[in-house]
Amino acid sequence: MNHTVVVVGGNRTPFAKAGGALREASNHDLMTAAIDGLVARYGLAGTRVGEVAGGAVLKHPHDFNLTREAVLSSALAPETPACDLQQACATGLEATMYLANKIALGQLTHGIAAGADSTSDAPITVSGEMQRTLHAASRARSAQARVKAFSRLRPSHLAPLAPRVEEPRTGLSMGEHQAITGTRWGITREEQDDIALASHRNLAAAWDDGFFDDLVTPFLGLAKDAILRPDTTLEALARLRPVFGGEHGTMTAGNSTALSDGAAAVLLADADWAAEQGLPALARVVDAEVAAVDHPGGADLLLAPVAATGRLLARQGLTIGDIDLIEIHEAFASTVAATLKAWEDADHCRSVGLDGPIGAIDRSRLNVTGSSLAVGHPFAATGARIVPTLAKLLHARGPGSRGLISMCAAGGQGLVAILEAV
Amino acid sequence: MSALEMAFTSRVGRKVAARAGLHEPPVLRRGRTYPGGPIVLATLGASRLGADTLALLGRPYEAPVIDSGGDEVPGYGDRIGALVVDATDLNRLSDLEALRAVLRPALRGLEASGSVVILGRPPAGDWEQRAVTRALDGIDRTVGKELRRGATSNLIHVDPEAGPLELASTLEFLLHGRSAFVDGQTWTVAPAVDTPAPSERPLSGRTIVVTGAARGIGAAIARTLARDGASIVAVDVPPAGESLAAVANEIAGTALQLDITAPDAGARIAAHVAGRGEGLYGIVHNAGITRDKLLANTDAQRWASVLEVNLVAQMRINETLLTPGLPGGLIDGGRIVGVASTSGLAGNKGQANYAASKAGVAGLVAAMAPDLAARRITSNAVAPGFIETDMTARIPFVQREIFRRANSLGQGGRPIDVAETIGYLLDPASQGVTGQVVRVCGQNVVGA
Repeated sequence: MNHTVVVVGGNRTPFAKAGGALREASNHDLMTAAIDGLVARYGLAGTRVGEVAGGAVLKHPHDFNLTREAVLSSALAPETPACDLQQACATGLEATMYLANKIALGQLTHGIAAGADSTSDAPITVSGEMQRTLHAASRARSAQARVKAFSRLRPSHLAPLAPRVEEPRTGLSMGEHQAITGTRWGITREEQDDIALASHRNLAAAWDDGFFDDLVTPFLGLAKDAILRPDTTLEALARLRPVFGGEHGTMTAGNSTALSDGAAAVLLADADWAAEQGLPALARVVDAEVAAVDHPGGADLLLAPVAATGRLLARQGLTIGDIDLIEIHEAFASTVAATLKAWEDADHCRSVGLDGPIGAIDRSRLNVTGSSLAVGHPFAATGARIVPTLAKLLHARGPGSRGLISMCAAGGQGLVAILEAV
Repeated sequence: MSALEMAFTSRVGRKVAARAGLHEPPVLRRGRTYPGGPIVLATLGASRLGADTLALLGRPYEAPVIDSGGDEVPGYGDRIGALVVDATDLNRLSDLEALRAVLRPALRGLEASGSVVILGRPPAGDWEQRAVTRALDGIDRTVGKELRRGATSNLIHVDPEAGPLELASTLEFLLHGRSAFVDGQTWTVAPAVDTPAPSERPLSGRTIVVTGAARGIGAAIARTLARDGASIVAVDVPPAGESLAAVANEIAGTALQLDITAPDAGARIAAHVAGRGEGLYGIVHNAGITRDKLLANTDAQRWASVLEVNLVAQMRINETLLTPGLPGGLIDGGRIVGVASTSGLAGNKGQANYAASKAGVAGLVAAMAPDLAARRITSNAVAPGFIETDMTARIPFVQREIFRRANSLGQGGRPIDVAETIGYLLDPASQGVTGQVVRVCGQNVVGA
């Protein structure tokens, strides 16, 4: 790593619930909006950016070149190259690291990492039988053969298929997997509702402070995060019925992330180049580590970041006490609670190959401007939301302040990164 | 659009309206364009000011046709583009006849969107001299009202210590289509040091903040200043961020989402500019709001919000940006431009709060000017009249049609007319223009 990589800043659309204010926007529209707002904030219109890397989790077939197409629709110079990446909910952070590594190696001076997801515009596909029939019919050389191909269709083959939200290997949804983990770790309803409440309170306070004035650009008339409920209370959260884990479950719509629409983008640059260009530098990208759990053999699908966190801290010669601010992606409040318990659990940490427990943290350092429960979680966007948010928070604390981002992703994966204020 | 408006703007409607005396207003000459016909210079006395200034601008000029005073008016043959009258040596009431003698033929011979520019002196001297100065003003305003087909007349008071360099940007502006909607006005050019000559892209390499830049007049200001070379920091409230970003990207500027009434707004502007490694050359305080109600119905909240956004915030921001040595603050030789309003200068029913704020802007720029002279920072304001924007489009049709025709040009101005005038005030060559309020109102009958 010869070059210092810095986070210059970021931009995102406000996030909204599926079917909400952004429902008419495609992944392409959302990503273009996030990039255009970033371009405006840093005066990049008409310039060639080294590379834009981004992605979406729920993709239509026509989104095959999503990021490049968004670049072409944006105010950036059309000579800006782009590539699509995808690592489920860690996509935005993985794209950040992909570009950070290229910048560190001197292959790029700067780049934009982005993520977008529209659950309102999720693709609906046809059945496998229908798909095979259509292919066979298109190959048929005669009308007779075509009729023969279609004759194999049954009414049940005509039903459209909604996007699969369950893990392919278990047939269980992400929430159902987390419910298993929550029970295993003894995560209570109250703990989860506390985390959800803090998320809403912290996010509301940050909006009131104008914290997002230089992190969010309105889109389609939506100026603020629409999922945020500034006035929610523990009582209101306690009244919600469980949605995962059966009727005695503890996970509700209030302490689980909503299906969301939105996009986010981060501007990364070589520190020297940024200084030459008169661009600000908020924080240095220090390092990142990716991990996966045994799946479906393991029990905790969403706890892969634990191993990644331990390995990353060890490689950097740091302990959790050296970290000033911690961002744990709130897939579910239960995931955050289980992650923190796992960090303190020596046996668990050893079982994933660490030398000992990561340790306990002061909750006041966690998700201080809210996280996915209150903001929403357009899958690929979340990493690109958290990176500039944390970088700005660290910068405000002063040089040398360190922050850690922990993100779980489908398939039992986890990605963790460290930033340090400059 | 209402049914009435659709009927009025239809082909038949326009014919009927024309019969009734409501003619289609002329299309005005705009942009960095000189008139098509020749410029005529009439020097009343021994002054070289007009001649030397036109020479500096590289504009050839012709001698005037002079009326002998009888019934027969000598003509110009082909139409002339502009008449510049150098009346800076005019001191006696009897000398005014010489002005009449050059104006009479020119008024008949001036082309559409042509310009009359009268150069006089600021009020000074003996009783008669001051009476002459004021007489010129009355003549200018009358010429503005008598000229047809989009032609304009303006009077410039040139300080005796100011020369062609100080005057050049003003004369260029008044001859250019940039001043299309400036009519019947008088303002002053003062002496200044280190005034550069006018150029095609005078704002090249200069960073200028425009508040309220997401739409309407503010967006036009940002685009026009960018055309003239400026690097624009486009400021607007966070909820307007989407259109703000579009404006910033269109002109390769930067967007700064900011509520200007925040106590740290000035500091955040300076930080944004400094963060980009730049110094701030100018700020255009365009952001403004209206909360119209008769004063009898105006509560404290309506009163305060308008004053806060339109006047108090810009005063606070100026104070911060003028802090000596502040990174990202206003540089020496910089520019402050406020946006007043004819409603403020003349008063307007239902707009006591707005009028207070906008007249206050005029007072503020005049007050700052002498105090900032040592740093060569100028402070001026424009006062728009009826301008065609999304905001004025919401005025009921008949009322709007009356407003837009109640001036010497018989039409509403465009956002670019305000923007061009601001560009003129920001021009480095306008170093001698400070403490002035220039109305962009087509010589509105209100408050002109």
